[in-house]
Amino acid sequence: MALLDKITEKILKQIDESGFRQEGAFNLRHNGIALCHGDSEHIKIKKKEDRPGIDVYIDSNTKGEQVHIPVVVDASGMTDVVYNDFFVAEGAEVTIIAGCGIHNSGCNESRHDGIHSFHVAKGANVRYEEKHYGEGEGSGARVLNPVTNIYMEEDSVFTLDTAQIKGVDSTQRETNISMGKGAKLYVVEKLMTHDNQSAVSNMEVQMNGEGSSAQIVSRSVAKGSSKQVFHPKAVGNAGCHAHVQCDSIIMDHAEVSSIPEINAKHLDAAIIHEAAIGRINDEQLVKLRTMGMTEEEAESVIIDNFLN
Amino acid sequence: MLEVRDLTFKVNENGIERSIVKNISFEVADGEMLVITGPNGGGKSTLAKVLMGIEDADDGQIILDGEDITSYDINHRANVGIGFAFQQPPRFKGMTVIRFLSLAAGKELTKPECCRMLSAVGLCANEYITREVDATLSGGEMKRLEIATVLAKPHKLCIFDEPEAGIDLWSFSMLVQQFEKIHQKKEQSLILISHQERIIQMADRIMVIEDGRIGAIGPKEDILPTLMNPAGTCTCLPQ
Repeated sequence: MALLDKITEKILKQIDESGFRQEGAFNLRHNGIALCHGDSEHIKIKKKEDRPGIDVYIDSNTKGEQVHIPVVVDASGMTDVVYNDFFVAEGAEVTIIAGCGIHNSGCNESRHDGIHSFHVAKGANVRYEEKHYGEGEGSGARVLNPVTNIYMEEDSVFTLDTAQIKGVDSTQRETNISMGKGAKLYVVEKLMTHDNQSAVSNMEVQMNGEGSSAQIVSRSVAKGSSKQVFHPKAVGNAGCHAHVQCDSIIMDHAEVSSIPEINAKHLDAAIIHEAAIGRINDEQLVKLRTMGMTEEEAESVIIDNFLN
Repeated sequence: MLEVRDLTFKVNENGIERSIVKNISFEVADGEMLVITGPNGGGKSTLAKVLMGIEDADDGQIILDGEDITSYDINHRANVGIGFAFQQPPRFKGMTVIRFLSLAAGKELTKPECCRMLSAVGLCANEYITREVDATLSGGEMKRLEIATVLAKPHKLCIFDEPEAGIDLWSFSMLVQQFEKIHQKKEQSLILISHQERIIQMADRIMVIEDGRIGAIGPKEDILPTLMNPAGTCTCLPQ
């Protein structure tokens, strides 16, 4: 078992809540190098030959197993680009726990670009959790630019649960999803920005298969002078259902843009988009204060639960 | 005991000062139930908000168990023992019912504890514990949950602003039973703003607020008959 230093341990706790244990199928990437990795009976992880990254093969007999593939960057000035591909076989049921934490104590930019592609075969069910976190006393920026491509075959189910907790100075997220017949997609995106941070999230969901459905929920809190831009796009190329909901709480001098795009190319495509941006409701604050909380405590409870 | 002395609250509307609560004085004894009733727009809800500190009094004093709490803010008043149920409770996206009740109780509740609180206000606990306190709850469900938040911990004084509004008949009788239970224990003083005869019937004393003033205050036996036979009848209909 690889020995991990304190910073790595601390970051792993932030980005992998269920606990990183170097058991079963796992791969820990540290400053651009695989520090430790392991396979399980049904899940094999192979290092790519042509470029940095791994191929993860999840076989049909995988039922309820977890794969942990965290990334830690604690070298200031480092740019780490990684290509991870996941091949999920027919009928497999798996939870993939990714996540990236940057500790930057220097003055140079530390950056991680994770390009993830998921090939989800017929009837497979994937839950993908990705937490992003930044810390460190240095002035160097902490940058995360993830790209997520998901190819869903017939009757597959994909749950994408992403959260950017705090400390990430700049992020540009690109998510592309194509859905086959009867495929079901659930997306929950949570984001908090503070100080001068900026976050852009572009998502395109192509519903190509008859009876496919997508439910996309995005919740964000923008504090300080931070800026956020959301651009979710749902395209119905067949009879399908999609519901996109973007909710943002704006505070201080922050800026939030929500640019919805829904596009129906089939008579039976039913697509709904809801977007709301607003400050913390005074009535909510007052209600919590009647329970004995100070205004600051009430504010923090509202934000924590909103992003829960 | 709650003592209210010469309480006044004014608003400024387009540069014109208007009194909503006018020089009101009354007391609520320990364990007593005072029902406040009166015409809409008479100042009942505003008076309740001034008692909770949601609106600041312009004049007068509020004293709870001998402690002058007039200058206390909302949370400070909550912490000295006042509970408040809103007429139109706000919703919270992402907040589960169990979390919300735990915050109200001031401690992490177990599932059985949470279930008991929900059952007491007529909500079937298993269906609600993990639901969010958001727009998916109906107005009636929100009101019952609001009442549960106040009953989640003991207070010296609980203020309920029209608890019956938006609640179906079946839940209403459960709610009346809850108020009767609290009332019988005589551990908490209760102020209920209500137009409902069944709630008014429970009162020890009734206070009628009209045009920001106390129109009448006294034991239920004295006030109730006057409410049932209003002096002024409508004159616009032909006899």
